[in-house]
Amino acid sequence: MAGEKKGLQLLDFWVSPFGQRCRIALSEKGLPYEYLEQDLGNKSELLLRSNPVHKKIPVLLHDGRPVCESLIIVQYIDEAFPGKDGKPALLPADPYARAQARFWADYVDKKLYDCGTRLWKLKGEAQQQARKEMLEILRTLDGALGDGKFFGGEAFGFADVAIAPFTAWFLTYERHGEFSVEEECPRLVAWAKRCGERESIAKNLTPPEKVYEFICGMKKRFGIE
Amino acid sequence: MAGGGDLKVLGVWTSPFVIRVRIVLNLKGLAYEYAEEDLGNKSALLLGSNPVNKSVPVLLHGGRPINESRIIIQYIDEVWAGSGPAVLPRDPYERAVARFWAAYVDDKVGSAWTGMLFRCKNEEERAEAVARADEALRTLEGALEECSGGKPFFGGDGIGLVDVVLGGYLGWFAAIDRIIGRRLIDPARTPLLAAWEQRFRAADAVRGVVPDDVDKVLAFLQTLLAIGSMK
Repeated sequence: MAGEKKGLQLLDFWVSPFGQRCRIALSEKGLPYEYLEQDLGNKSELLLRSNPVHKKIPVLLHDGRPVCESLIIVQYIDEAFPGKDGKPALLPADPYARAQARFWADYVDKKLYDCGTRLWKLKGEAQQQARKEMLEILRTLDGALGDGKFFGGEAFGFADVAIAPFTAWFLTYERHGEFSVEEECPRLVAWAKRCGERESIAKNLTPPEKVYEFICGMKKRFGIE
Repeated sequence: MAGGGDLKVLGVWTSPFVIRVRIVLNLKGLAYEYAEEDLGNKSALLLGSNPVNKSVPVLLHGGRPINESRIIIQYIDEVWAGSGPAVLPRDPYERAVARFWAAYVDDKVGSAWTGMLFRCKNEEERAEAVARADEALRTLEGALEECSGGKPFFGGDGIGLVDVVLGGYLGWFAAIDRIIGRRLIDPARTPLLAAWEQRFRAADAVRGVVPDDVDKVLAFLQTLLAIGSMK
């Protein structure tokens, strides 16, 4: 019966930055998995059974048992497969550093996607407000990065996994907000480039123009100009 | 009592997010200094410790700030892994389940809570938020059955992450019960949760932390509404 397969399966949607977090984590850990693209307009039995509470992707199935919510999935991958093939942990060893990493992942969860949605969906005053908030969010992230190579410092880790997929959305935010992320947040853009050099990220992020195309398609469907 | 260097909590006495952190510190047997914040006049220490969100709770450990209640709880659980009970389970899958339900509580119960008290402009809107709370509690009744496996708490034999996350709202629930004229956690609708509430409130780590004076809470509600900081 489907859903009780051995190994790892990921129920996902191609452009989802939340799903991409999971793909990046699995790749960083060198874990093979079956990718199952979901039709969100016609949700599968497997998805509805695996995430009855939210009915959302991503869902990770491990030997048939579902794990839901992208950051919970990433932490599960990190904890269930510690030091697999000598791959380092995504969360640092030090509890204070872990708290910092979780904080920035949580910050992005709470702020970035919803603000981005308002930025492309809304017009006039509401869009201007979203633009203002988006700049604040990006500047905050730029500040948090500081002169560090990654959000955790020298080593790529949990916060980077959580935030990197959204770099593919910068172009979409820029075009709707009429600003340049590079001008406003040069450190963030430099960090995005460094992330993009990692195989796990290069392989799993949607090209920015494709994200933009996808959003344009969504706007047509919602009847937005 | 362990303290491992100075511990300080910046909080507001009714905040579900602060209450849960204080319960966890109690469970771990940790001494800490508590400072009540005035949300209408936030202290320099609070603003300096949590410049991004400017919110409580903040845990200061040896002067270093940790923010966001569920992150603080995991920090405490990890630093003091040796003392007191584990707040999160050890097994990775069980940890994922606990984190899932904790996130669900804050997402669904939390948003209904702000809706029932702080964001509703009229009784109709309040009723809509109450309906959302009812639905979330129905789901949590099922979750409790699943997670507890017949044991007293979401965490099993002892209080765990989901218990403290949901439990932090109980002081407010009692106040809301008074406002709406019936119990949110109703033994007729959610018997497992009703029994759980009794057990939770009676626990040593919880008594004195979850507010039990409804009049006081309702009076404080007026203060919070006046500040307008809960939108």
